[in-house]
Amino acid sequence: MSIAAKDIDIIAHLARLSLTDTERSDALGSIASILQLVNQMQAVDTSAVAPLAHPFEASQRLREDVVTESDQRETLLTLAPSAEQGLFLVPKVIE
Amino acid sequence: MNLNPGTASPNITNPNITNHSLSAIARALKNGDYSSVELTRAYLDRIAAHGGALNAYITVTAERALAQAEAADARRAKGESQPLLGVPLAHKDLFCTAGVRTSCGSRMLDKFIAPYDATVVAKLDAAGMVTLGKTNMDEFAMGSSNENSWYGAVRNPWNHALVPGGSSGGSAAAVAARLCPIATGTDTGGSVRQPASFCGLTGLKATYGRISRWGMIAYASSLDQAGVLAQNAADCALLLQGMAGFDPKDSTSAQVAVPDYAAALHQPLQGLRIGLPKEHFAEGLSLEVEQQIRAALAVFERLGATLVEVSLPNSHLSICAYYVIAPAEASANLSRYDGVRYGYRCERPKDLEDLYKRSRSEGFGNEVKRRIMVGTYALSAGYYEAYYGKAQKVRRLIKDDFTRAFQEVDVIMGPTTPGTAFALGSKTKDPVTMYLEDIYTIAVNLAGLPGMSIPAGQVHGLPIGLQIVGRDFDEARLLNVAHQFQQASDWHTRTPPGVSG
Repeated sequence: MSIAAKDIDIIAHLARLSLTDTERSDALGSIASILQLVNQMQAVDTSAVAPLAHPFEASQRLREDVVTESDQRETLLTLAPSAEQGLFLVPKVIE
Repeated sequence: MNLNPGTASPNITNPNITNHSLSAIARALKNGDYSSVELTRAYLDRIAAHGGALNAYITVTAERALAQAEAADARRAKGESQPLLGVPLAHKDLFCTAGVRTSCGSRMLDKFIAPYDATVVAKLDAAGMVTLGKTNMDEFAMGSSNENSWYGAVRNPWNHALVPGGSSGGSAAAVAARLCPIATGTDTGGSVRQPASFCGLTGLKATYGRISRWGMIAYASSLDQAGVLAQNAADCALLLQGMAGFDPKDSTSAQVAVPDYAAALHQPLQGLRIGLPKEHFAEGLSLEVEQQIRAALAVFERLGATLVEVSLPNSHLSICAYYVIAPAEASANLSRYDGVRYGYRCERPKDLEDLYKRSRSEGFGNEVKRRIMVGTYALSAGYYEAYYGKAQKVRRLIKDDFTRAFQEVDVIMGPTTPGTAFALGSKTKDPVTMYLEDIYTIAVNLAGLPGMSIPAGQVHGLPIGLQIVGRDFDEARLLNVAHQFQQASDWHTRTPPGVSG
């Protein structure tokens, strides 16, 4: 499994990153060498091995279905790059 | 380059008050030798005088620290005397601190004022500790040299031409240079243990689930865990006591009782079985480091422990599995930075997609973008099974290696890193070279186990670390083993040139 320049463009778009030409060629080189490193594991037979997602295989603990959060709308909106009337502002998305 | 630490380090003069260990500070505060306010002022003066050269702090919280110190002195005057009361510390800038910038070493969060406290911060605040500031780190904890910070590289107090290690490099440099007596860190693949090794400190990464991750900015959620950078194991025990425990706010927090860590320190080591993974004493390890590690192991033998060779046959696969799992989890975790709700936003976005793309591209540094892209690729349609699925299976093989080894031994020991601290800039060109730095530490995170690094010798005047790995939730044993070694050796008392211990 190797990676091509067009794959970098697809990945960058999926990750919502825009790359300059230099960054694109740097990314191709470094990601190819990282994939070469991790591909060493492809040689290991894991057909009888179950995946391990959590180190102790704990399952997600559930809490009581009750309200625990207080209203922090005003505080949280002060962190936004742009907000107005209790809403986050973004460039126009509907014509 | 010149590896003699005497030549590149400035002469740091050291007022006596800032060279105390946490344990010594606790005694001095209790005896009334000095107040928390006096001690805090001394540290703030020292940071003002020497902090800039090391770049160990991103933010110094002087006013807040003095207010906390006054409050701690007032509590003591009313008769309180718990060991952490009035003791200063620094937090890695990855722990959210309400009202204080929490940058995670990233331009993305350069103006982010955390609206709440991490559980670790809240617990230590409640215990009466004094936060001196927030320490520098590799951006989003991605790095092994602290060269990936938006705020610039941190320098190693032992030699300013060298890296302090990463990603908790600012915390390590700050403790080593006595710009704080102790600090918090986090460890996803070695980020507490490797800088502890490079800076001559005692570092502990807790078992996954032992310390709450609530308010720790996420990198790789199945691997991230908090830890401590300290001058010795006894100090580590005291701070861990304040940090550990179940937290209902963290859904992966473990409901496991927390023992009295300080009480466990004094257990004799007679009969202790120490496993030495043959794979950690093989090709790639510097001969000089190996000699020092073997000498440290001989100390444990004299203390009554038995050395047993064990095998971790899949350990060579740990870097492969890690560099799929961690980037995959990072790509998901870091998708929250969209330039809309908080964090960096680009200038004059032309539409929503441009806003997302340019905010993320301008807000994240190169290593972060690289890991996001690797993770995105590993999780993408057609590659998920071959990469993420495969890495999770390999993760089980690595975990099973430890489970088998721990049937025969009580702890596992070996070098923390293959060599001593390396030169700034020497490994930044090729990410893979940097990744291989964490060869001995990464498997421990994949298995979720607790690990420590303790000073165990020097090579050409630079500290090297001995890694101690334990069974899950067996931090008390690790601290006991480390403390007993420190009663029989003095490597942990060595300080960088110009810093008195």
